[in-house]
Amino acid sequence: MKKKNRIILIIIAIIVVAFPLIFIGGEFVGADSQAEYIINSINPHYKPWFNGFSLELSPEMETFLFSFQAAVGAGVVGYILGYFKGKENGKRVQ
Amino acid sequence: MKNLTAKLLLVFIIMNIPIYSMHIAEGYLPFNYSLLWWVFYLPFLFIGANKIKKYKNNLEKKQFLALVGAFVFVISAIKLPSVTGSSSHATGIALGVIILGMSEMWVLGGIVLLFQAIFLAHGGLTTLGANAISMAVIGSIISYFVYKLTIKITSKNLGIFLAAFIGNLATYSFTSFQLALAHSGGNFIQAFYKFMILFSVTQIPLGIVEGIITVLVVSILPKDIFIESEDVTLGIVD
Repeated sequence: MKKKNRIILIIIAIIVVAFPLIFIGGEFVGADSQAEYIINSINPHYKPWFNGFSLELSPEMETFLFSFQAAVGAGVVGYILGYFKGKENGKRVQ
Repeated sequence: MKNLTAKLLLVFIIMNIPIYSMHIAEGYLPFNYSLLWWVFYLPFLFIGANKIKKYKNNLEKKQFLALVGAFVFVISAIKLPSVTGSSSHATGIALGVIILGMSEMWVLGGIVLLFQAIFLAHGGLTTLGANAISMAVIGSIISYFVYKLTIKITSKNLGIFLAAFIGNLATYSFTSFQLALAHSGGNFIQAFYKFMILFSVTQIPLGIVEGIITVLVVSILPKDIFIESEDVTLGIVD
């Protein structure tokens, strides 16, 4: 893919993400909690029958886990992509 | 532990932090439905695990597996705002389907869901079967066929984009179906319609973003992997 096309694609992606932030606003609550509201409106007597073993975490800790997940993942992705890139360059040098 | 979800939800609303996103929350499917989807998921998990076992002596395959696994982790940790004023995340399934195959994603998707259910109170263990069917199984099967079909008709990049985009929408349409089935309130169509509007409308812009990211990631991968993985993609048979 041409470099120009890549840049255009990146810009489109940024616009799609930024548009609701700038022009729509709102609380950006997750779609699954909204689904819970709908369930309650359809079936007001429904109680979740299982509350899970998930740890009781403060929002800060939860944010930490999410960013940790992203950081570790991004590190591995970067490492492997770099490895491929290096391998390809190595072939060219030979 | 009682009403933990409700409490956390309240905290997040007050603090304006978009933490939750899609997937069916813990306990929000009745017991028999949770069990049903788990039973559906297990054979897929088994087939996928057997496929991955064969990677043992193939270093390159293992690298791709790690790459895809990490990509799914990153992309599902990033909550993106959407036009409906809610937030959700992409799945990364399509990338895996394109460079590894469907059956590998049946396992990887389940692992990511497990991580999120245990540590992030996102999705849940009882609903993991249902979520894995909609994200890892339905998402990857749809992505696979969309990809195979479109690259025959148009370009590879468009095929990748559509595989990610349509796979993403299929996942949430199926989630709506699962929710409406369990919580129809006597009118399945109307319930399905309600969930569908919520999920799919939120998901359309995110599907576009995932499509673009998938095209970009594939474009920086070495070219020769696709020729090699051409027949591997069918996965289930061998």
